[in-house]
Amino acid sequence: MTSADFQTLLPEIVLAGYAMAALMAAVYTTKDKLAATLVWATAGLFVALALYIGGTGEGERTVFNGLFTDDPFARFAKVTILLSAAAVLVMSQDYMTRRDLLRFEYPLLVTLSVVGMMVMVSSADLITLYMGLELQSLALYVIASIRRDSAKSSEAGLKYFVLGALSSGLLLYGASLVYGYAGTTQFAGILSTVQDGVPLGLLFGLVFMLAGLAFKVSAAPFHMWTPDVYEGSPTPVTAFFATAPKVAAMALIARLVQDAFGGIPGQWGQVLAALAVASMFLGAVAAIGQRDIKRLMAYSSIAHMGYALIGLCVGTAYGVQATMIYMAIYVTMNVGSFAFILSMERDGRPVSDIAGLNQFAKKEPLKALAMLVLLFSLAGVPPMVGFFGKFYVLKAAVDAGWVWLAVAGAVASVIGAFYYLRLVYFMYFGAEQEPVDSRMAPVQWGMLVAVAAIMVLGIVNLFGIEAPAALAAEALVR
Amino acid sequence: MENQLLSIITFLPLVAAVILALFMRGDDPAARQGAKWLALFTTTATFVISLFILFRFDASNTGFQFVEERTWILGLTYKMGVDGISILFVMLTTFLMPITIWSCWGVETRVKEYMIAFLVLETLMLGVFCALDLVLFYLFFEAGLIPMFLIIGIWGGKDRIYAAFKFFLYTFLGSVLMLVAMIAMYLDAGTTDIVQLLAHEFGSETFSVLGFQVVGGLQTMLFLAFFASFAVKMPMWPVHTWLPDAHVQAPTAGSVVLAAILLKMGGYGFLRFSLPMFPVGSDVMAPLVLWMSAIAIVYTSLVALAQTDMKKLIAYSSVAHMGYVTMGIFAANQQGIDGAIFQMLSHGFISGALFLCVGVIYDRMHTREIDAYGGLVNRMPAYALVFMFFTMANVGLPGTSGFVGEFLTLMGIFQVNTWVAAVAATGVILSAGYALWLYRRVVFGDLIKEALKSITDMDRREKAIFAPLIAMTLILGVYPSLVTDIIGPSVSALVTDYQAALPADDAAVALNEGHSE
Repeated sequence: MTSADFQTLLPEIVLAGYAMAALMAAVYTTKDKLAATLVWATAGLFVALALYIGGTGEGERTVFNGLFTDDPFARFAKVTILLSAAAVLVMSQDYMTRRDLLRFEYPLLVTLSVVGMMVMVSSADLITLYMGLELQSLALYVIASIRRDSAKSSEAGLKYFVLGALSSGLLLYGASLVYGYAGTTQFAGILSTVQDGVPLGLLFGLVFMLAGLAFKVSAAPFHMWTPDVYEGSPTPVTAFFATAPKVAAMALIARLVQDAFGGIPGQWGQVLAALAVASMFLGAVAAIGQRDIKRLMAYSSIAHMGYALIGLCVGTAYGVQATMIYMAIYVTMNVGSFAFILSMERDGRPVSDIAGLNQFAKKEPLKALAMLVLLFSLAGVPPMVGFFGKFYVLKAAVDAGWVWLAVAGAVASVIGAFYYLRLVYFMYFGAEQEPVDSRMAPVQWGMLVAVAAIMVLGIVNLFGIEAPAALAAEALVR
Repeated sequence: MENQLLSIITFLPLVAAVILALFMRGDDPAARQGAKWLALFTTTATFVISLFILFRFDASNTGFQFVEERTWILGLTYKMGVDGISILFVMLTTFLMPITIWSCWGVETRVKEYMIAFLVLETLMLGVFCALDLVLFYLFFEAGLIPMFLIIGIWGGKDRIYAAFKFFLYTFLGSVLMLVAMIAMYLDAGTTDIVQLLAHEFGSETFSVLGFQVVGGLQTMLFLAFFASFAVKMPMWPVHTWLPDAHVQAPTAGSVVLAAILLKMGGYGFLRFSLPMFPVGSDVMAPLVLWMSAIAIVYTSLVALAQTDMKKLIAYSSVAHMGYVTMGIFAANQQGIDGAIFQMLSHGFISGALFLCVGVIYDRMHTREIDAYGGLVNRMPAYALVFMFFTMANVGLPGTSGFVGEFLTLMGIFQVNTWVAAVAATGVILSAGYALWLYRRVVFGDLIKEALKSITDMDRREKAIFAPLIAMTLILGVYPSLVTDIIGPSVSALVTDYQAALPADDAAVALNEGHSE
């Protein structure tokens, strides 16, 4: 191991070191009184690292004897993860402080899970993959049940833990099969093995691994935990679940299928396509009956994962580029939506009942307008940026000859449009009754308005996100 | 500068909408009045600039003019331009918008948002007619749903929610299929530039899908995908059912825009995409479309006879008139297409005016039930006159623009399919039936309803709104060359290209023989 190895790993080391140091500092000094400061410091560190990774990282390095890789794809995913995690952190501070939820562990657990995610997207070996995934997941299990005195929050944490452990088990079982048949845990080694024919056992391993990862992105039919966990967790935690971990897991799927199984797209393309179709339709149909906005967002994210998977299953560089852009747009939209959902309250207590939005537009026209833009963007209606995300993946699908998949995606988007419209309906045309209060800290308000503006102004050039995404995809798909 | 004129008129209303949204605060009467004046001023300015474009437009040039091109995301281009087919739709939009804005002077609920919605809508409608990039077109085409959804849903009548959702989901479903077809076109032609796509020849070899032989191959598939979108937008029988609901529930100004401009997007789409890009596919599907049009004309006219709600009656009459349009378009000859465009423009003025007529008495009585009226001529002579004029224009009385459109489309179709022409011609009689009967029930007779005894005639503003519409209906009625001179060369080029694309193809020839059996 050389200093170059450690230099490549610098952002992860800095984050992990920061988490330890901050933990010590908080434990031995003022504990929870330090929490608000820590939240902002952590977010600041995230942004600084995102700038560092986005600005100075170049080229492609595989270090630690082929365990860890740093390429444009990993950097794109890391920047997305760091920025969305920072956004969610600063949004949640006011909410958690007022409800006496803000413990100093919260930003530190987020930091640790982010470290896990960064390792995931950089993994070049099954061992690294699993280590990153578990670090991420363990931190998330704890965060889900951070509201210790609430049965619902504990239930969410427990449910997430049991199902998450099951999926980790599946993944691990698959990984061991892959190792058994390929004789190596390194992606590069697996890739050269499968190019000379695919043993049946390895195929089994691949399917188990994909099933395990499908849990993490909450793709149907492995989505069952999502609505309950989204509903039970405190809203800032839900916001976090909906953003950074999804990007990391999606990027991990991309890395696994391309880096380790890139030679045999025929073997995993169909699996991912089935996951995509099931997710899109389940997400669209099941969300229609929801009365709770957090559950609705859970199904919405299931559907969105379906679209993102379309880009991956076609197996082309363009498809990967489409997926990465889709994920970037998706997290941006979710940050904005959750900034709004965080602010919904009645008599100071958080509410998430959709009917509470009745006539909201009369009370808060600007917030309602911003939310309207976001909802149409989530539904994929032009000219909002959300449409371009969908257009990108559908184009990638047709491009690679998966026309039926594109048609399925198009049809699902119409069904999905209904429930987003229903939220608009409540806000603008709903029954005359007292709508919920919407108390926003300036930062939440800023996030909501900024995201809405991004959704509209992004049509000019998508804020230049195309070029790095293309670079990332080319690095991954050779 | 000249090349940016189209962008300027397209985005001017949007700029005004942003100014309204960000800088106009408060809900006092002064602020409301300010919002209305700003909207009126902007739409009028847009109209003036578009007049300038019309005067600089060279009708003998069949290519695109005032073209502006910039690179954009996803390898797409931002490209705007007009030709003989689209320029008059642009004019129709800019002409009607100030009238529409002026007609809602009486609205007092959420005035600022109302004006914003209409200004944004104008931007999107102009964008549809000017866009020369497939995806740009789709963007404007689809985005138009959002303001219209809100206009119906917020300011509409009692069942507005149902109508708004039906409107949105119906049209959205049609459009996403078009989106998939657009992607397929891009892959086939390698470009989304409409000018290059017009020159591209899409495959027309018969192939089989799931065991079905698709005559016309790719072209037929693409045609059907576009048809799904445009037929809903038109709307054609049997996917017209959203229109009466939307019309009845929409506020007056919303109905005017919907009938006068938004419906024309379907017809424009047929002329811009279906006919020139998929000639073989169009030819394969034409008999079906023609018969659907004929059915639409007769069936919806009969349905119109049975209506008790004035707006619903006019909505069904709109569907019937749009039947003439699709019939003319798919006759695919000079008279037919000339007539179809003419009919769309004239229907824009006439149906817009008819909805305004309903709006005038609705504002006074707050009901659209035909039975609630009767004998209005006794207290509202000026109104009776205006309503009479547009009823006659709707029927297609010679001397009004309604006649020219119907006559030309019937003449066009007669050369292609006599049976369809015969069936469609009965629609002329039926339209006289429902329109005159409506007029008799509302305007003539004794004024016996207690509530109507104090009704007042139109005020100056209302009269002034109708003046330009009456003028246009008459001018186009007696001097139709005003329109046909502008659209003629482009239509003739379209027809020539269309016919030229057919005989070269064996499949189409074989199918034509099949028709004549």
